[in-house]
Amino acid sequence: MKYTLKKLSSTIVTLIVVSLCVFLAFNVLPGDPAIRMLGLEASPELVAQTREKMGLNDPVLVRYFRWFVAFWQGDFGTSYTYSVPVASLILSKIPITLTLGLLAFLFTVVISIPVGIATAKYENGILDRTITVVNQVIMAIPPFFSGILITFIFGMIFKFFTPGGFVSYTDDVRGFLRYLLFPSVAIAFPKIAMTVKMLRGNLIDESGKDYARTAYSRGNNTNGVLYRHVLKNAMIPVITFLGMALADMVAGSIVIEQVFNIPGISRILLSSISNRDYPVVEAIIMGIAIIVIGTNFLVDIIYRIIDPRIDIDD
Amino acid sequence: MNNSKLKKLLKNPYVFIGGIIMGLILLMIIVGFFWMPYEPTKMSASEKLQGISLRHIMGTDNMGRDVFSRVMYGSRVTLMIAIGTIIIGAGVGTIIGSITGYYGGMIDEVTMRVIDALFAFPSILLALVIVSVFGVGWPQLVISLGIAFVPSFARIVRGEVLRCKNMDYIENARLQGVSDFRMIFLHILPNIKGVLASSILIGFNNAVLAEAGLSYLGVGSQPPYASLGRMLSDAQQYMFTRPSYVLCPGIVIVLMVLGFAFLGEGIKRWK
Amino acid sequence: MEIILDVTDLHIEFHDSDSPETAVEDFDLMLADGEIVGIVGESGSGKSMSALAIAGLLNRHAIKKTGRIMFEGHDLLTCDRKTLRSFQGDEISIIFQEPMTSLNPVKRIGWQVEEPLRIHHPEIKKQERKERAIAMLRDVGLENAEEVYFMYPHELSGGMRQRVMIAAAMIGNPQILIADEPTTALDVTVQAQIVELLKKINREKRTSIIFISHDLSLVSQLCERVIVMQKGNIVESGDTKTVFSRPRHTYTKKLIAAIPKIDLDN
Repeated sequence: MKYTLKKLSSTIVTLIVVSLCVFLAFNVLPGDPAIRMLGLEASPELVAQTREKMGLNDPVLVRYFRWFVAFWQGDFGTSYTYSVPVASLILSKIPITLTLGLLAFLFTVVISIPVGIATAKYENGILDRTITVVNQVIMAIPPFFSGILITFIFGMIFKFFTPGGFVSYTDDVRGFLRYLLFPSVAIAFPKIAMTVKMLRGNLIDESGKDYARTAYSRGNNTNGVLYRHVLKNAMIPVITFLGMALADMVAGSIVIEQVFNIPGISRILLSSISNRDYPVVEAIIMGIAIIVIGTNFLVDIIYRIIDPRIDIDD
Repeated sequence: MNNSKLKKLLKNPYVFIGGIIMGLILLMIIVGFFWMPYEPTKMSASEKLQGISLRHIMGTDNMGRDVFSRVMYGSRVTLMIAIGTIIIGAGVGTIIGSITGYYGGMIDEVTMRVIDALFAFPSILLALVIVSVFGVGWPQLVISLGIAFVPSFARIVRGEVLRCKNMDYIENARLQGVSDFRMIFLHILPNIKGVLASSILIGFNNAVLAEAGLSYLGVGSQPPYASLGRMLSDAQQYMFTRPSYVLCPGIVIVLMVLGFAFLGEGIKRWK
Repeated sequence: MEIILDVTDLHIEFHDSDSPETAVEDFDLMLADGEIVGIVGESGSGKSMSALAIAGLLNRHAIKKTGRIMFEGHDLLTCDRKTLRSFQGDEISIIFQEPMTSLNPVKRIGWQVEEPLRIHHPEIKKQERKERAIAMLRDVGLENAEEVYFMYPHELSGGMRQRVMIAAAMIGNPQILIADEPTTALDVTVQAQIVELLKKINREKRTSIIFISHDLSLVSQLCERVIVMQKGNIVESGDTKTVFSRPRHTYTKKLIAAIPKIDLDN
């Protein structure tokens, strides 16, 4: 409990630091947001009035504090480009991007753990050697390229899905998930390869340790040693990696949404970046930062459950 | 490095394959400085989307430009951006990592907290934030990717410096009154060059991937002088009509990443 | 006295490098019921290799073993893996030199002590298993056995961990306990306690013990019979008192001469 509280407080500190960085990055820029919102022809009086209304004359920390509090109340500010609340632009898109990232994560876990175990168990066998080579190649393929190839092979040739035929989750949840299946595989591919490589290495290292020999001496068979003793030890670093991979995959879905023409966060983020529509970019980056930091917190908690050696003082 | 050590390195299959791949790509890039089959931006209305032929060994694109010439040019852009990224990332990362690792204490505590937070943050997103602040274009891309790569180098170097700091010969040097600056740059850093070399190669591998991803999103190098990632995003819609237009730049990216990855892996195993 | 373990002509060869390396040659050992035999020698003499072979823990492909290790009518070198495993931890147990790393760091002590029971006697109920584990922990000298049961290895000292290893080794009430340098990594005071504990186990449960050590004084305290090994060969064996008072082989003489002597009496 003490550990959880400690991690929670450090998570909150990190969140504040990151949000401050994000806010400052977009608020020390040259250019007056009021002018950007009103256009260059706006009268100086109107600009001054708007500046006052937007609170732009207050010190930057006050503005940060106001923005931070508003953010948690679901008020992300107003888009410069569309003059509508940012929330209305992005909230409906978040489930799409998040589902994509989570599906990719699910694939990574479900595929890489059994494959990693199999390669370690039959170390230097044909399966192991093949997978080691295939892994290296897969890690070298950028997700968007595998995305293009998947679209071509599974979308256009085998017609497992209709490229560009995205179905919204509000219309048909099953169709929505089916459309996201292939994009999430494209995101997951390199992460699967990395996880397999890492898990395999850890399992082989751990199998050579003294406690594994002890386990054999008690009459365990190979599976008993592997599943009851070695696996948990080998998984500890893999869990940290998977935590970071989840964050990476949510970010990676930005690229993949472009490939598969999915109307998630990506399109609005990219157009906001090129239009310098900072409130939108700020809100999206903060949203992803929250996912990243939240994941790290969860990883710490899971870590604590798996690895009893972690001291509260850590 | 003596001869037998070098021989052993070349015998390593990872280094061998990686070396061949990188050699071919470098050859293509270097030749591209002096000669290309066509001007990479020269369009031709009569030769749109042609397949692989002797005239155009990788075919042509939707504007009738020679894909091979564009790949030669694009590889150069991609590699340059990767080099710039690594210079910034490894340079700044090494300085931060060695200082925080060497001095420890409060500086270390604070810096590493920030670095850890950044490290957990996906680098593609970090680069997007920076691009959105500084604008779109390849110099901005180099800076933003460079910054995004700082945390991983800082962490690696810090860990190595911590490991070396308490070794006997460093203690000895300290007792002889060697200055901190000399200590870090002349005594500790040369000692970690193996680890640094393999992380730089892995960094190249990641930089090429990240550059390709960001250029694909359209925030990197701008047309008509496109990097490989940018070429892919332009080519994507012609996947069905002219697969060679997509596959050629794609495969070159994969080979480039694979080359760096193999070299990095080889050096890691050789140590 | 009944002979329970009969090792003849044990030969162990490593094939890891280009030329095979012989680790143990013509090793013979007859172990009687309730007996403590010591094997001494310096590191690399093959004493641990012989012990691991008896415990069935030399199973890498690169290791070639010949000879016979007869136990309960089976040759442990040639019998199928299932038969071998049915003895491991139940009839033949082993404890190691490094108590710090020999326990699984992420499993509770109780779980690890109970493991041989779980594997060999699945019919025993959970509650009884726990009671026996706690009783066993108490038997090996861990006073707060109920608490230790729920602890993790990193919460215990080296000596306590070795006691836990012994508890896990003894819970199936084996016929043979192999102790592979069990005290080398421990403090001198703890060493004596562990030796006392082994003596007590031998006395109360009549477990035969193969005690491997490079420490001649420990061996002379504990063992009735001793085997001296050098470079993979047995150079001398016999009754401990006889061997130590009238060593015949020069190597044994050297080993005895190397013991630091504190003569308080004279």
